[in-house]
Amino acid sequence: MKGMAEPLHRALGLTDDEAGDIERILGREPNHLELAMFSVMWSEHCSYKSSRRHLKRLPTEGDAVLVGPGEGAGVLDVGDGIAAAIRIESHNHPSAIEPYQGAATGAGGILRDIFSVGARPIALMDPLRVGPLDEPRNRWLLDGIVSGVSGYGNSVGVPTIGGELVFDETYAENPLVNVLCLGLLPTDRLVLARASGEGNLAVLLGSSTGRDGIGGASMASEGFGDGEEHAKRPAVQVGDPFEEKRLIEACLMLLDAGLAVGVQDLGAAGITGATSETAGKGGVGMDVDVSAVPRRAPGMDPWEVMISESQERMLAIVTPADLDQVLAVCARWEVEGTVIGRVTGTGRLRVVDGFGGEVLADMPASALSDDAPDYDRPLRAPAPRPAADPPAIADAGETLLGSLLDTSWVSSQYDSQLFLNTVEGPGGDAAVLRLKHPTTGVDTGRGLAVTTDGNHRWCAVAPRRGTAMVVAESVLNLACVGARPLALVNCLNFGNPEHPEVMWQLSESIDGMADACRAFGIPVVGGNVSLYNESRGKDIDPTPVVGLLGVVDRLDRRPPGVGLVDQGRLLLLGERSSHVGGARVWKDAPELPPFDPAAVTAVADVVRGLVADGLLAGAHDIADGGLAGSFGELVARSGLGLEVGLTDTGELFSEAAGRVVVCVAPEHVEEVVRRAGEVPIVDIGGVGGDRLVVAGMVDLSVPAVVSAFRDTLPAAMSAGATH
Amino acid sequence: MTARVGVILFPGSNCEQDAVEAIRALGGDAEVLWHGDATVGDVDAVVVPGGFAHGDYLRPGAIARFSPVMGAVADFAGSGGPVVGICNGFQVLTEAGLLPGALQKNRGLKFLCTTVDLRVETSRSVLTSGAEVGAVLRVPINHFEGNYTCSSETLAQLRGDDRIVLRYVENPNGSIDDIAGICNEGRNVVGLMPHPERACDVLLGSEDGKPLLRSLLTAAANAKV
Repeated sequence: MKGMAEPLHRALGLTDDEAGDIERILGREPNHLELAMFSVMWSEHCSYKSSRRHLKRLPTEGDAVLVGPGEGAGVLDVGDGIAAAIRIESHNHPSAIEPYQGAATGAGGILRDIFSVGARPIALMDPLRVGPLDEPRNRWLLDGIVSGVSGYGNSVGVPTIGGELVFDETYAENPLVNVLCLGLLPTDRLVLARASGEGNLAVLLGSSTGRDGIGGASMASEGFGDGEEHAKRPAVQVGDPFEEKRLIEACLMLLDAGLAVGVQDLGAAGITGATSETAGKGGVGMDVDVSAVPRRAPGMDPWEVMISESQERMLAIVTPADLDQVLAVCARWEVEGTVIGRVTGTGRLRVVDGFGGEVLADMPASALSDDAPDYDRPLRAPAPRPAADPPAIADAGETLLGSLLDTSWVSSQYDSQLFLNTVEGPGGDAAVLRLKHPTTGVDTGRGLAVTTDGNHRWCAVAPRRGTAMVVAESVLNLACVGARPLALVNCLNFGNPEHPEVMWQLSESIDGMADACRAFGIPVVGGNVSLYNESRGKDIDPTPVVGLLGVVDRLDRRPPGVGLVDQGRLLLLGERSSHVGGARVWKDAPELPPFDPAAVTAVADVVRGLVADGLLAGAHDIADGGLAGSFGELVARSGLGLEVGLTDTGELFSEAAGRVVVCVAPEHVEEVVRRAGEVPIVDIGGVGGDRLVVAGMVDLSVPAVVSAFRDTLPAAMSAGATH
Repeated sequence: MTARVGVILFPGSNCEQDAVEAIRALGGDAEVLWHGDATVGDVDAVVVPGGFAHGDYLRPGAIARFSPVMGAVADFAGSGGPVVGICNGFQVLTEAGLLPGALQKNRGLKFLCTTVDLRVETSRSVLTSGAEVGAVLRVPINHFEGNYTCSSETLAQLRGDDRIVLRYVENPNGSIDDIAGICNEGRNVVGLMPHPERACDVLLGSEDGKPLLRSLLTAAANAKV
């Protein structure tokens, strides 16, 4: 509990130095309202003050990039007059406190980022990480998170086409809820959140403003102490997907009709963030009439109105001449539209009590974002882990079964098919969507593919190489569905940046991502940093999650998928490895396997070509769980047995990057081997029978494999939940 | 003349474009009708599509029945016009009294998106006239409140009048008598929870929805004459 005598700036989460900076910028002592506005905009969540200097090392340029990092979403030219908007965000802290609303509003927030650039959201993905399900509270969290994404995403009318589900002790007190959204727009309708034109109006669209989510951005910038989650519950916002649905339609109709100069979502930092960012980026000023803002609670003070994070609100910049038409569009969609601001030529953001009335706050518009602190926090590498030998694996069969997890308990709660695009939905290596023009509906005959990937075990062993391996996994996931990578977004989930080892992890991870993206020729077009993921002083394992968007150049058949065909041959593509460093079976290894991005690229190129030409009956990249996990999933999904031979148990469980297992009909084997060219390829066995056999290591019945895969999650979740 | 199908758009509908796309791909003409207009214009058939008509925080379809367009839909149905309610559209039609019974929360109390097998139980409806009785169709479902229920008298009537149009081969949601779709006495109003418009392209996994939507287009063309 914070003491009564504490200065106001500290109660708002600002340091003494930051308070001094604010006073210097204003040339006087800030008032309460101004301090509150600075405190949310200078929070870690909004300002990236600990990570900004590191993020600059990521490559962001590429031929297809229309909009890079720093806007509502990254935007890519995908041809035929179509642009794709993509973004990923975390909603970790709210979900730890109130999982349903935390996850629901996470989905809602990312959707607004996408339609703020003029794109119609067409898909969501939700990489989720929670603690082990033998804890009732973790079951409560997972059930609430999934229900929240389901309840919001399904209702708002955007399909959720994939994600991840990872259980580990490291997330027990701090689940990770990341949400990715993809949208499409006609390339010529791209809009950026800019205020321009002195005299133009800022129209607040959508929900009224309440006390929900006051200081949410600051909350997301602190860890949790004992029992503190409950006290922070009022800082979690509440979602209304029906309001969001109407808001989407109203905003897209405004943009279609050319009635908005710019559109900005209201996310963290609410009206303060939206008005200061549109004015700051537009190089103009704005007067904000706080008294005009529709409120849902009586007696709200101006500072509460200015920093509230009430959901389902947007800000549109419109010309006075268009206002009546704008309000008519709002009326059609039953969306409230209220003029709350006027663009000025002063370069200052002023909060006023009625236009021309008392000035309640006055600051340079750009100061809230551009002058935010930029910390060079100390980094320290941890002591190297001592050299050791990999652990002996007592029962390879049991270990294999333990790594299997069918996530359809989650994905069946999501509408994954809306818009008639979903060729490959949840559960595959990557989701595949038909690419249709967003306004004409014309099918291009091409496709988009998206995957999200992360691996905290690899990144805990060696954050730099581990992160590079995560990017490589994404590249291979796309290759398995026939897609070439186009652009990457990231969600960097880390612990407390005031701990030098966490800052070192973050810095190393960013370098690993930069290395890999440069090697693969993939620009990074957006990201989100979530720090302070810790509970009771313990940081989570470093968990960078990447979302990779790719293009399928000819989508005339369904990708092979994770499956088998009877009598097919199983071929292993890529350099063989028995190195189990960082694998499920050796978490505390001193190092990861060697990593060669050029070899990964070569494998991806071969696999992509084989998929495109229909030469594969099944394909699966080898990552979490190694070949064992791949075999188990192939058998469980197809219901067919297989028999293979490997060099040793290390090869069965290694998670070394750059390998793909493919199932090939006998008549295509020769062609596939020929097409592999210089890429190592070996026949490791064949499909058939009713057992999963790895010679000398594993012998399991197909039903046992199917059951371990299919039943684990429903059985765990049926045990009930509590918080 | 091409049959014209009107697809109703409530503010929270979300499957309207999918219905339009599927109907057009089958050679029909489709247009979107706004819920706030008290007319269905001069269309030959009406589809009430899936979604969450008015957010459905209260009960699916409970508010939609009061939308101005619904009076026109009732008149259109009353004069024998073909009307199909898909998913939320089925819920809306029951709330509006155009079909008997109600849709309650799924057994298991979870939203359920998956693909199921449906058995065609009668070809005497505007949605199944071109389908074979006994045929099994692979069609997606996508709902939280899809568990059909009705009184025992209504059930007896539905059975006796051959008005159970589609049944689940394996009941996914607890619906009484495995009911996936029913029709009214006139056989021109059909409600079903599964989404035939999602099963009209082999690239998306199934084309089994085509005979159903083709039947609707045939009924629409006949209504035009």
